[in-house]
Amino acid sequence: MTYEVSIDGRLYRVDLAQKDGQWHCSVDGSPVEVDAVLVRPNELSLIISGVPGGISGGVAFDVKREKSPQETHLWISSSRYKAEVRDPRSLQSRRSGVGEAEGTKKILASMPGKIVRVLVSARDPVEAGQGVVVVEAMKMQNELKSPKQGTVQKILVDEGASVNAGDVLLVIE
Amino acid sequence: MFKKILIANRGEIAVRVIRACRELGIRSVAVYSDVDRASLHVIKADEAYYLGPTAATESYLNIARILDVARRAGADAIHPGYGFLSENAKFARACARTGIKFIGPTGDAMETMGSKTGARRAMERAGIPFVPGSLRGLASAEEAEKVAEQIGYPVMLKAASGGGGKGMRLVHERAELRPALEGAKSEAARSFGDDEVYIEKAIVRPRHIEMQILGDEHGHVVYLGERECSIQRRHQKVVEEAPSAIVDDDMRRRMGEIAVRVARAANYTNAGTVEFLVDAEKNFYFLEMNTRLQVEHPVTELVTGLDLVHLQILIASGGELPFQQEHVTTRGHAIECRICAEDPDNHFFPSPGKITMLVAPAGPGIRHDSGSYEGWTVPIDYDPLLAKLIGYGSDRNQATTRLQRALAEYFICGIKTNIPLFQRILRDPDFQAARLDTGYLERLLGGPSEPQASSEGAKVAAIATALFAAMEGAGAPAEATPVNSANWKRAALRDGLR
Repeated sequence: MTYEVSIDGRLYRVDLAQKDGQWHCSVDGSPVEVDAVLVRPNELSLIISGVPGGISGGVAFDVKREKSPQETHLWISSSRYKAEVRDPRSLQSRRSGVGEAEGTKKILASMPGKIVRVLVSARDPVEAGQGVVVVEAMKMQNELKSPKQGTVQKILVDEGASVNAGDVLLVIE
Repeated sequence: MFKKILIANRGEIAVRVIRACRELGIRSVAVYSDVDRASLHVIKADEAYYLGPTAATESYLNIARILDVARRAGADAIHPGYGFLSENAKFARACARTGIKFIGPTGDAMETMGSKTGARRAMERAGIPFVPGSLRGLASAEEAEKVAEQIGYPVMLKAASGGGGKGMRLVHERAELRPALEGAKSEAARSFGDDEVYIEKAIVRPRHIEMQILGDEHGHVVYLGERECSIQRRHQKVVEEAPSAIVDDDMRRRMGEIAVRVARAANYTNAGTVEFLVDAEKNFYFLEMNTRLQVEHPVTELVTGLDLVHLQILIASGGELPFQQEHVTTRGHAIECRICAEDPDNHFFPSPGKITMLVAPAGPGIRHDSGSYEGWTVPIDYDPLLAKLIGYGSDRNQATTRLQRALAEYFICGIKTNIPLFQRILRDPDFQAARLDTGYLERLLGGPSEPQASSEGAKVAAIATALFAAMEGAGAPAEATPVNSANWKRAALRDGLR
């Protein structure tokens, strides 16, 4: 199996073949022996030995996976990596999912919270970086800003409303 | 001794008090709001009662409801934790009227210390050193200018009922004073319903060092040593440690004796903390008294070997302090990190949500006081403190390395936490040399942060990403698990038939 993997934006080509419980693996053409155990959902224990056919054992890594609806990250000790598997189908769906079509930008709630104030009205002109809505979470108020210059096309929330992460609050045209 | 204690709080501190109750053979009563039904304190307590809607004003701040629940549950005492009603004199008095013991100081002692200007006047009568400034709220901008000229710029404007940095302004020169006073007054009025603002000489690059005291109801007051709390962000403590690297035995004794005098001047009982500002010459000035158990009490517990919550309960039940001042000794060093649901890469915005994976650290010298668990959803409605991670060692260096090791083991996923901030602080040379003041963290965060991910790590991440996809895509682990459980079932069946 061949996977095209993106880690923090850099592409890797990973070839995998399973034989006798071991994974024969190569990254961008260079071979690596990997002993992999899924110790629980989203946690992999890897033992990587550089030399194929050498003694069994090597450097141990505890890899944990953090999945959110938008993206996936891997943690290796205290480092966090943004990870994506590229295959043609998912690439396509990602393209159509981006809310950039025809210059329209959606303002999304980045966390669950309460709408404290809507600072603009429909059809108002806005500048890039202008505050458009104030969301409160955990006793802190955060002002969300317009990512572009344009016009407020739609306001989808009222003041006082509770919102979830990912909810569309406003649309800027 | 009490038979049943109601804990009028939530989160890690409620769990902390429940544990003390269990150790003392006292039944614990948790209370919860709508959003907290599945919170850890409700799961851990012996009894739990619904309090009210999610908004704190209708639940954890609702005196009538809490007292009603306490009566119905038959609790003979209430522990308020910190925050919420812990420093509310009305609540302490309402408990006393209801015949339920409030585990903390009296309403009168709270009131004396609750107003910063009131506390300053009481302390002046008792001869306590405090930062030069006005003893009362400023009546006018003219008065503010006059006092500022007398004590010299820079000056600090502070709200008399303040806390958490609200209603505070640093003023460098006369021209800034009037607008700053206006701003401080309106912020104080909005935040505390009281626009009284006073003026103090600003101590440049001060340390914030506080002294833990305990007083029983028989007139015996002791101090338990200091905590260094200079690492703050927006006047909120982030890392605390005991002892302070700059406090020697003589300074500790002098600060401790003054803290005891402060407590006596207010007829203070139970656990309390006297906060000091310390300047570069190690002069210390009384800042304020916190009339409750502090978030950072575990560092004192680790170096003194005392359990402050046990002692609070003992004192409230009328017991005498079981030791004298000369018996209080400290040993080793402890450092605490306040683990919060906030995003250090994005202006420390709160990050509530579901914890999808949680791996808690353990091992030598590690204490983890937590109010969260894997699968729990951190609500948006309250303080973002998830847990406190405390490292203990025979000296400051060992406490630091143990904490670093524990932070590397600590893993919380699904929400953002400030764990990376602590890793950054603990490896900072200024932290390691204990070159601290209240501006320390702002300077650290203003500086460059080193890149952390290595290319070797990225390669391992690439292999792991492909393996996750292969194992899940090919259904390998999904098949393996049922096979295993089927084996278990077959074995159990065999055992059952034998």
